[in-house]
Formats: sequence, structure tokens, C-alpha cells
Amino acid sequence: MRAYIRGPLAETAAGAIAADVLKACVHCGFCNATCPTFQITGDELDGPRGRIYLIKQALEGEPVSRLTQHHLDRCLSCRACETTCPSGVEYHRLLDVGRAEIATRVARPWHERLARRTIRFLTGHRQLLRALLILGRKIPAAQPKRAAKPIAAALSRKMSLLTGCVQSAAAPHFNASTTRVFAAAGIGLTETPAARCCGAVAFHLDAADEARAHVRRNIDAWIAELDAGSEAIVVNASGCATFIRDYPDVLADDPEYASKAHRVARAVRDPVEVLRESPPIAASAPANPRIAVHDPCTLRNGPGLEGAVARLLSGLGYEPQPISDTHLCCGSAGSYSLLQPTLSHRLRADKLEVLTANAPAAIYTANIGCWMHLGETSSTPVRHWIEAVDAVLGAIQETQTRETP
Amino acid sequence: MLDQFDSRIDPTFAPVDRQRLIARLQEALPERGLITKTEGMRVYETDGLAAYRGMPSVVALPETTAQVSAVLRICAEMSTPVVARGAGTGLSGGALPFPGCVLLSMTRFNRILAIDAQARMARVQPGVRNLAISEAVAQFGLFYAPDPSSQIACSIGGNVAENAGGVHCLKYGLTVHNIQRLELVTVDGEVLEIGGDALDTPGYDLLALITGSEGLLGVITEVTVRLLPNPVHTQVLLAAFPDVRQAGDAVARIIAAGIIPAGLEMMDRLAVNAAENHVHAGYPVDVAAILLCEIDGAAGDVEDGLSRVGAICLEAGASEVRQARDEAERRRFWAGRKGAFPAMGRMAPDYYCIDGTIPRRRLAEVLTEITRLSGVYGLPVANVFHAGDGNLHPLILYDAAASGEVENAEALGGAILELCVAMGGTITGEHGVGREKINQMCVQFSTAEIETFEALKASFDPAGLLNPGKAIPTLARCAEYGAMHVHNGQLPFADLERL
Repeated sequence: MRAYIRGPLAETAAGAIAADVLKACVHCGFCNATCPTFQITGDELDGPRGRIYLIKQALEGEPVSRLTQHHLDRCLSCRACETTCPSGVEYHRLLDVGRAEIATRVARPWHERLARRTIRFLTGHRQLLRALLILGRKIPAAQPKRAAKPIAAALSRKMSLLTGCVQSAAAPHFNASTTRVFAAAGIGLTETPAARCCGAVAFHLDAADEARAHVRRNIDAWIAELDAGSEAIVVNASGCATFIRDYPDVLADDPEYASKAHRVARAVRDPVEVLRESPPIAASAPANPRIAVHDPCTLRNGPGLEGAVARLLSGLGYEPQPISDTHLCCGSAGSYSLLQPTLSHRLRADKLEVLTANAPAAIYTANIGCWMHLGETSSTPVRHWIEAVDAVLGAIQETQTRETP
Repeated sequence: MLDQFDSRIDPTFAPVDRQRLIARLQEALPERGLITKTEGMRVYETDGLAAYRGMPSVVALPETTAQVSAVLRICAEMSTPVVARGAGTGLSGGALPFPGCVLLSMTRFNRILAIDAQARMARVQPGVRNLAISEAVAQFGLFYAPDPSSQIACSIGGNVAENAGGVHCLKYGLTVHNIQRLELVTVDGEVLEIGGDALDTPGYDLLALITGSEGLLGVITEVTVRLLPNPVHTQVLLAAFPDVRQAGDAVARIIAAGIIPAGLEMMDRLAVNAAENHVHAGYPVDVAAILLCEIDGAAGDVEDGLSRVGAICLEAGASEVRQARDEAERRRFWAGRKGAFPAMGRMAPDYYCIDGTIPRRRLAEVLTEITRLSGVYGLPVANVFHAGDGNLHPLILYDAAASGEVENAEALGGAILELCVAMGGTITGEHGVGREKINQMCVQFSTAEIETFEALKASFDPAGLLNPGKAIPTLARCAEYGAMHVHNGQLPFADLERL
């Protein structure tokens, strides 16, 4: 499709990314078929083809208003459309450029600015965030109990582990489990205090520069670790991993960091990518093998790891139940669940219905956002899949991770 | 460019008081059911034929038949043209907005209303996606046969409007053969039931008339489709050819042998490469063309049919013949074919998909001539098509950003369609005439025939408000196009033997 990008953006790397993506789009409309928001609203402005068009006219210098911003805000960034697109349009790259451009041209009302600023602030304040999440019953007050397991094996390999901002406040036990499981595989994980938050929250909430500051800090910290022999950057929140894989785009206009960003992006691994290479051996059979695995969009649509978690857990004696409409997002999508509650809650209700159709004992996911969002209303316990691996590795009791509010 | 409507040779309408139109439509439609800002309407300016654009006056998004009826009544009273739009995946510009029209988007009609597995019928709203029907009835061992390549996204209402086809039409027929009842709203807002739950109904076969009427006669608000049981056994064979003409020959021979494949598709080198890049179907990429031949039925019949097809292909000069090793590979073979059009986005910034039909025995001849025309116009042409029913889909690759290429592509497309007519074929196999082939209708039909079409249209829509400027050209347009067309007293392709 032809696009004539105008203004200062045309001269930038971001502008070049947008032009490339637009050129690949042939306007066939296949993408709408798998778009969760288009299925709900039935308005082409809420589908990828419509959003591409909205971004195109904005970049071509036509007037933009809250209308465009509103429909771009409603995009989940789930990338289901990219899995359907025959022309290979990398929609999310265009969306990021478009959103940033529109943020500079359209003023948000005060309440939207306040909401965004508050969310960004809280992700930087772990204790406060944790207290609020517990008060708001977004997460359970008690953390799952795990018997401390001495790490006996010599850890011949080492990798870095992302701490995470929201995750370290809401579910620090994810990293504890991950560390134990990796230790059993002979891999030592270390967290780097300098690289705590991936920067996605700020980037997606109109604060691209704030995000870039995070990103540069993280890159510096991880490059040092990689230089010191760390094999990979393990990220057990698939949403964060997705954003880190996009670092080259985020810093596309920063020549100093361009190649470093590529190096970091290439080093990112979801735990399942590491563990499927060296599969853990179960010490015991799962207490409740009947489970549902929810592949987050950021696991299936970006890195193409759909089914990898279910296969790994099957190998450990779990019985993942078949799930329909796996391409539909659960509605979490980072801060989307807070900013777009109507669409988000509808998607969650639909998702929980298909996840629990075969009465699983627990739902396992791979992303902190999905975990919090689904767990908030699910009557079936929701956990990170690494906990399922952790549970069968040694003398660890399975405990209830979520109390009934 | 044909997206420009010309008041001398296209229908015209008196200007409408837009504020009053908006006020009245707002009353008839639910909240968020009307888009009036240019910024929000821009996405609706074009359908799957993205080179053609036009701006509507407003976009209406009704949710019920009563709302459709109310919108049409308002438009009839205010003499405002109306263009209905389904999923907007059409390739002939059928949903291209007539300037200043009310664009009626039917995407919110997206529910499957009833499935009667025993009677093998499903009653669905027009915005339901083609593939969603087959997915919903799969649990009963049934499927909906017509399967346009865009079936993942295209809507059943649009399929009816265009009488859509697909890979499986060769054996199972077009949309018209696979539906049995429609609910239609006329331009006056009256709701009609066409056809019925029985296979035949008294009186004229209006169902056949409405199917493929391209939004000129009414707006479809409900469709009852016929379903078929899934075949017991299905297998696909891939044959590779060093020469496109040999592939064309093989198709003619397969059909002449009395074999009825469930699908018989051909892709040339350019198309094979683009599709292979997208799907990794396992196609051989260093060949001039491949044929995909699917046969379904009882296991013995499938085996017998495929061995005959394999032998015919080898006789015709195939360098390789193989069957899909398993169901996954069979699906990949078809996924490559179905994604082949948009996969052209990897080859060129824009493509223009042509849709003509020809007698199957002239395939080789037509392909050779298309290659020659491609050279004359200086634009590459990829061929992906329903070879079994002689339905060509040459894809003209161009770059709309390059000066003159759009017009050049349009002219080449016109030349290919006229070649089809000269060969004894038609200007559309399944995509409809829309706006795209409006001029070639003048080549296909005589003045008397076009007058008859117009009279038929007038009996449903005397003021000509429904989808004006599409499907049936005005006689003024034909007079002008004819004058331009018969250049120096010569018809194009004068050297070809006419049928």
C-alpha cells in the first residue's frame, strides 16, 4: 500500500519502520478475522486493518483527533493479526510508531493523563504497589509456601533473570520457583538490580523517553552480564520478554545503542525455551494432573511458542486439556485491563469460560499480567507454569496459591 | 482511474442535506452506530481492491434488520445512494463507496442463529465469516462448501452478493448452489423472504437472481446455508511442471478424462515462491508451475482418481508428482494456495487481482498471451487460479507509488479480461463485476442485454439508489468505452479465433 510519510518523522528510523510495514500491507482484511476487539465491536476502526489506516493517515499528515487515539488505545497489542497476515505485516512495529506519534499530536484529557501517570509511578514503587494490589484484591495476601530446597548440584552454567516491576511486587514466588527449577537443570540464575523493569509500561503509556531511559540502563547492565559469561537473559513474564525483543525498535534512532539493543534482544529466553532443551525430570507425579494451559499472546504470537508449555508439562505427567479459540487474548495486555475495563472484562469472561470448560484443577499461564487478570475473577486457581515444574521436581508440597476472597 | 465516478456516464444524484441525514440516521441507529468524521470514515473508503477509493457521507453500523430497514427507508426518502459492505475483502470494488453515499457496514450481524444438523442447514447473519460456519458445524461432521481464499475473513453476506466461489466450487458449486433462503431488505425498507427451507419454492427462482446481484437489488440480513457431510477421505496431489503450458494441458486432460476433483488449482513460479515464503508449504520452488489436485470420497475412489491424475500429469510433462504425506501436509499445501494473493505483498508493494474465466482447453494459449501482455505493459504477472473451472486469477504486480503504474495495471487488467472474452470466456468467475469490470461489461454484453439488466434493477430499485455505478454500466458509459475501445475500427485481439 502506498504511504507518503510527512513531517520530521519521515527522516527518522521510526519513520522508516512505519513506511516498510505500510508497504507490506495489501489491505486484504484477513487480520480482522483474528482480532479480539473487532470481534466484539464489529467496527473496522477496532480491527488491525482499520488501525493501520488510521495510523497511515496520521503519518501522512492528515489531521488526527481523539478518535484515532481512542481506537489505537483499544488495541491489545496481542499480535494475533500478525499470525494471520499473509503479507508478513509487522503490525506491532507500526502501532508503536503510530501511538508515539499521535501522543505528540493529540492531547489526552486530564483524567487519562492522571491514570497513566499513576500506573507508571506505581510500577516503580514495589511495596506501595503490593499493598494496593492486596487491598484491591487483585492478588492474594499470602504467598504460596514452598519448602526451601537446598541447591546441591554444581551450577556449571549461568544466566541472568529479569526481576520485573509488577511481578516482584505481586508474585515474587515466580522468580523463586524459576531459580529452583533452573538450579535443578544445573543453571544458576542471577538477578541484576540495575535491570528491574523492562520499560514496557512506560513505553505503552505515552512516556517513550522515560521508557528509553529504562531500556538503556537495562542494556548496560545486561551487556555487562553477558560479557561476564551469562548465557542468556531469562524472562519468565512473556509480556516483558516481548518488549525486550523490541528494544532494537525502541532505540532505532540511537546509534550508540543500536547494536547493543540487538545483542540483548537476541539473548532473551522464555524459561520454556531453555527447559525444553534440557527437560527437567519429575521426582513425583503431579497431585492434580488435569490442568489448563493459557498461552499468553506474548508467548504464542511474538516468539511463536504456542503449545511449548503444554508439551513440557505433559512430559512431567500433567494432562493439559484442549482449549478452543486460543488466539483470543484474555484482556490483560499490560495496563489495558485498567484502562479499557469494558473490553478487557468481556475478553476475560470469554477466556475463563474456555479455560475451565474441561474442569481443570488449575490454570497455568506464562505472564504476570494474565496471572493477575485471570486470577482476579477465576474460581479455578491460576498459577505460573514454572510452579507446576517446581511442584514435581522435589519434596515440595503443592499449595493453594490463591485464597478465596 | 475507475474509482472516479463521472457524472456524464455514471449515475448522479442531487445533493443531500447532510445534517438532516445525520440527524435522521442517528435516531434510527444505536449508540456508536454512526460514523460521521472523515478521520473515522477513511478506513471505509476502500475494500480489498485498495487502489480504488471513495468517501461516503456517513458510515452506518446497524445491528438489527429493523435498523437496516429504517436506514434504507430514510435513504429512499432522501434520495441518498446506499452501498452495503460486508467484511470489505472483495476484490472488484463492490463495496467502494459512491461519493456521498451512506455506507452500510454489516459487520455487526455476526451471529450464527441456528444449526439444524439433521436437515444440514444453518441460519446465519450476513456478517458471519465464511470459515466460522464450517468451524461451528464441524462438531456435526458437516461443512459449508464454497471456500473463497479469503474465507477466514470474508462474510457470508458478501459471498451471496458476489456469488463467491473458491477452491471447492469445481465439485460443490458456487454460493448460489449452497444456500436456500435469504432475508432481504428492499430499498423501501420492506423485509422479504426469498427461497425457503425446502429445496424448491414456487414462482421464479429469485434466490438465484439475488445471489450475485452485488448489492444492486437489496440488502441481505439473513442467510440459510446448506451444509455437506465431510468427505470420508480426502487426498491432495502436487504436480510440478517445467513449463506453464504443460500444466495447462494437464488440467484440460484431467477434466476431459471425466475426473471431478474437489479442487484443481494452478500456481506459477512467482506465486509458488511468494506462498512458499509465507507458509513453508513444501512447494518445489524451481519449477514453472505447480498443480494441486484434491480428490475426496470413498478411500478406493480417491486412490483410483489420484493415480489417474498422477499418470495424466506425468504424460503432460510433469517433472514431479507427489501426494501429501499426511493431513498436516495436505493442509499446508492448501494454506499456501489460500494465502497466495496477499503473500504477493512480499513481492511488490501492490497487486491487482484479475478474475476472468476461459474454456479450460484454451488455458495454455491464454497463459502464453498473458505472458506476452505482461511484457507489453512492463508489469510482472503472477498466476494463481482455479484451473479446474477455467477461472483465472492473474495477479498484476505494481507499485502504486510509482508514477503511472496504477493506470498501467488497470489497463493491463482490462486487456486480460478482454482476452478472456475473446477466447469465449467471461470477465468474472467469482469476484463480481463491482466497479472494476464495469467497462468490460460493455464488451461482454450487447446494448439490448444491458437494457434488460437495467429494467430488472429498476423493478427492485426504481431510483437506482442501491450501489450505483457498479455491476451494470449505463449505456452512456458503454457508448463512450466502445468508441474508445474500437480503435481505428479494430477490435482488440482481432487475430484470435473468436467463439
